Amino acid sequence: MLDLDDIQYILLNRAPARAGRYEFLSFHSAAAGRAWLSAMLEQVQSVAAMRASIADEKRWVTLAFTWHGLRALGVDEASLATFPEEFRQGMAARAAILGDTGANHPDHWVGDLTRPELHAIVLLFTRDVADRARYQEEHAGTRADFPDTELLSAIDVEAIPPFDYAHDHFGYRDQLTNPAIEGSGDEPTPGSGGLLKPGEFILGYPDELGPPASLPQPELLARNGSYMAYRRLQEHVGKFRDFLAEHGETPAEQELLAAKLMGRWRSGAPLVLAPDKDDPALGADPQRNNDFNYAQADPHGYAVPLGAHIRRVNPRDAAASMNRHRMIRRGATYGPHLPDDAPEDGQERGVAAFLLCASLIRQFEFAQNVWINDKNFHELGNERDPIVGTQDGTLEFKIPTRPIRRRITGLPAFTTVRGGAYFFIPGLKALHWLAAGG
Amino acid sequence: MAIPEGGFFPDDVEYGRYGPIFPKTPACYGFTIVAKIIPGREEVFREHGRTLEKAIKEQPHLLAPLQLHYLRWVLFEIEGATYFMYQGIFDTDFDKYTEDAVDLFSQSGISTVFENLEGFPADWKTNPAAFVEFVRAHHRPSFLEYGEYPYVSADEIKKSLRVKFLLSDILDQMQ
Ligand code: HEM
Repeated sequence: MLDLDDIQYILLNRAPARAGRYEFLSFHSAAAGRAWLSAMLEQVQSVAAMRASIADEKRWVTLAFTWHGLRALGVDEASLATFPEEFRQGMAARAAILGDTGANHPDHWVGDLTRPELHAIVLLFTRDVADRARYQEEHAGTRADFPDTELLSAIDVEAIPPFDYAHDHFGYRDQLTNPAIEGSGDEPTPGSGGLLKPGEFILGYPDELGPPASLPQPELLARNGSYMAYRRLQEHVGKFRDFLAEHGETPAEQELLAAKLMGRWRSGAPLVLAPDKDDPALGADPQRNNDFNYAQADPHGYAVPLGAHIRRVNPRDAAASMNRHRMIRRGATYGPHLPDDAPEDGQERGVAAFLLCASLIRQFEFAQNVWINDKNFHELGNERDPIVGTQDGTLEFKIPTRPIRRRITGLPAFTTVRGGAYFFIPGLKALHWLAAGG
Repeated sequence: MAIPEGGFFPDDVEYGRYGPIFPKTPACYGFTIVAKIIPGREEVFREHGRTLEKAIKEQPHLLAPLQLHYLRWVLFEIEGATYFMYQGIFDTDFDKYTEDAVDLFSQSGISTVFENLEGFPADWKTNPAAFVEFVRAHHRPSFLEYGEYPYVSADEIKKSLRVKFLLSDILDQMQ
């Protein structure tokens, strides 16, 4: 059974939020860190508490820590050594593996995220911007009570118009696919791959291979915890729109090209099920919008190019051990909306995303290193993920078309990594244990 | 392609999740693992050969996820001790699909004959890092590799054969 009273809500639920803020903290002393954590504890909701209060709740808080943060809170060296190497090293040290090179390199990241002094993240989600301001002030007050805690940086996130569905700055409908976890109460939607063993995402439970193995110690700290990769990905909306205009003559051709890059129409309708024409009702219908596969339904990529974003990050029936590489996705857009008819204004906007999993190296890093950035994925030869792959203008994107495929060369980078970090997101008992000094 | 000592071109090393990646050559990616076997286990190796043969008969695409060209299993002796050489030619560097390979061998009941090698980690099924470390420690990089059809992937070869068969089919229809 899943311990829904102990697992932080964000692992199994999305808050009904239109605004939020992530704060990145440093503790100058273990005592200050623990005192601050004690003061924050009552705001952190378990899955069960969140579900019970969702109708009335106005804000949702998640706490997570870097490896240096666990040390800063006083976790002893013997315990710290039991955490996996990639987590101990941190995201910036893994840049070559993740494809964070060139403009994406950690040297260019913002927000002090690469410093070992980055210890904790506070994720605040609220129903609206007004609430955010209120709770942001409350959190500032708590920090002020413990002057040895320091705010390194923060980022505000907000939904962008139109507000009736979740989407990113490029206009793609998002939050359609979620792994459904055994014991969570969630039912998988048709086609999305069945219930997954909880140990793929939450420490201390059986995973797709069997009973839990090699947990960090002590078990009290590890149990019901998870790892969280943070990615601040800037979206170059002007460049993206220019690209569509350059390679598509009519608005319809541009829409189709946008769909080919993603594997879904911007409405969310999957290309496998709607290959020629958009079908917004299909995109919005969870009973139908994941009910497809690739190897069987579209082996040559005539509907979804082999290198399209969603065909790379979840190849479905076209990959081995698929269930060992799934991730839970959370996050939101940041920065101002760029209206359809407005020129690029040079302001930073993008998605501030979290990928949650039980093993960063096997899930998140695998997705980055192999699925997103392997130039020869699916024998493509000279491609990377057109949305999030490391692009330097020398790669291409191939669109299988009868009789002859279309090949777009010199693909620009539509996104740039602006920051990132690895966090451990403890269960509630573990948070109490940390606050009490272990 | 002549390869520097150590197996890497120092100015052009790509990093995988478990460390630097051995370069692609005209003979694609691959490894040559040489390790001493636990004395007296020769017959286990030969039995493994029969098990794997049977598994492939039942499931011809069992090893497809590994993106292989060839695998060769060899036993040989040096000064009374038996050694095992395992040579694989792949289209992808081994590092990328390590966990998938480990999963494949732990689930399909064929396990791995590596368990009969000296120093192989007992927890290999749940500890891919230890598995990789063993492989890396026992891999002998080539100093020279050649390919008669350089850089061609197994998939391209299979596609070409399909085209050839289709063509001969078409020609049959014209008789
Ligand atoms: C600016 C960056 C990104 C954008 C705009 C973006 C956009 C999208 C969209 C629109 C979808 C389809 C909606 C859905 O299936 O829920 C999607 C799916 C997905 N994305 Fe991304 N994404 C981004 C970055 C990433 C990164 C960095 C990863 C992983 C490391 C990732 C992993 C996934 C996964 C696993 C899916 C689900 C695919 C499926 O199950 O079919 N995405 N993304």
